[in-house]
Amino acid sequence: MITTAAITVNGLNKSFGDTSVLKDISLEIQSGERVVVIGPSGTGKSTLLRCLNYLDRPESGSIRVGDLTVDPASASRSDILALRRRTAFVFQNYALFANKTARENITQALITVKGLSKAEANARADETLRETGLIDKADAYPAALSGGQQQRIGIGRAMALDADLMLFDEPTSALDPEWVGEVLDLMRRVAEKHQTMLIVTHEMQFAREIADRIIFMSDGQIVEQGTPQQLLEDPQDARTKAFLRRVGKTGASEGQS
Amino acid sequence: MRALDFEYMWDMVPVLLGYVPLTLFMALVGMFFALIFASVMAVERVFRVPVLDSFVRLFISFFRGTPLLVQLFLFYYGLPQVLAFLTTINGVTATIMGLTLHFSAYMAESIRAAILGVDRSQWEAAQAVGMTQVQMMQHIILPQAARVAAPTLVNYFIDMIKGTSLAFTLGVTELMGATQKEAAGSFLYFEAFLVVAAIYWIMVEVLSFAQRHLETYLNKAYAR
Repeated sequence: MITTAAITVNGLNKSFGDTSVLKDISLEIQSGERVVVIGPSGTGKSTLLRCLNYLDRPESGSIRVGDLTVDPASASRSDILALRRRTAFVFQNYALFANKTARENITQALITVKGLSKAEANARADETLRETGLIDKADAYPAALSGGQQQRIGIGRAMALDADLMLFDEPTSALDPEWVGEVLDLMRRVAEKHQTMLIVTHEMQFAREIADRIIFMSDGQIVEQGTPQQLLEDPQDARTKAFLRRVGKTGASEGQS
Repeated sequence: MRALDFEYMWDMVPVLLGYVPLTLFMALVGMFFALIFASVMAVERVFRVPVLDSFVRLFISFFRGTPLLVQLFLFYYGLPQVLAFLTTINGVTATIMGLTLHFSAYMAESIRAAILGVDRSQWEAAQAVGMTQVQMMQHIILPQAARVAAPTLVNYFIDMIKGTSLAFTLGVTELMGATQKEAAGSFLYFEAFLVVAAIYWIMVEVLSFAQRHLETYLNKAYAR
């Protein structure tokens, strides 16, 4: 099978003040690949995701998506916009547009960013709402939805963009335990469509089940990576072993990064 | 002490009501332009556009720092002496200009505060889906800021309606000016100003009623 890279990251560095959060991260994700990032809280997992669409601007390192290469030394506003338009982001706190209904949350970018007509956007949104099982909530505002429903709309908003790469930043960490299952189920359905996904999560059982590759990060670096089998059953690095012992085989949704 | 001349007051009402449209015209046109100016300045203050930022800060500082009456006199009596093309400016136009600039300075600050109050996640979500800054402000941030700013903006509009009464110092026969003339003829000052006070009061009360509907509308997305 011939694979093409959905995204290639080279030598990414990011610090907040004097604290170096990402240290020379290089990473390539193949088209259709599902990569899960695990690791202790505060090791830069979320920052890595946020640098990939420039919500946080890295200090150095290049990001290539398709024929677009973005480097902080030369990145113009339109480069950053183009990068964001090839990626989709699912936030830990859902971040639905509070002044828009569930349907409008999905159509907003389709109309303003992708230039679809209102009718086309509505059709695409309703299709997505059916996939997320929330078509009956199409006209509800986020304030009237449960956390799980909001996050499913958040994922739907990202799905509808048809992005080259979907980034999930601890999508279940802010949820009450009762809503975690429905969000993970929806992510499984996204995965079935061969969508390229990069997921930061503490749900180890889910990671094992869905990932083609798991990356273990600690202290701003990629410590080791491999198939779920390799990484979870036969970790090589002492830090990986210590982390896995702490979270256990199923993981807990306690930490945030 | 003498009894109030109720008949005189009753007869004055229709006369003074005839001037309400002019008062509302000045306030509405002033508010329209003030909202535009204030929004532009507020957005500028949030993004701090180089060079422009200094001008906006100076503008806000001046128009908040000096009395409205002084500003009106500057526009009507002062500026035409310096700028020849303004010699034909009439009192109504000068009043609208003054109200617009004066209140836009105040409103810019409250809109700016409302913009900064919009949760960070809303900005990030708009950026993440690939919106430009203009699209983000237009569709996500400003509508949410409007909800927060609405009560204060209505307050400024109320102030502006009452501020139109200063137009009479520029020789405009509006509500206040007409009352003044009436009273000067009849010497029934108390009656005359009582009637005009009631008219202003009722206008503001009608507006407060509209405000409640506006706030219900702006809050509809946030009802649980």
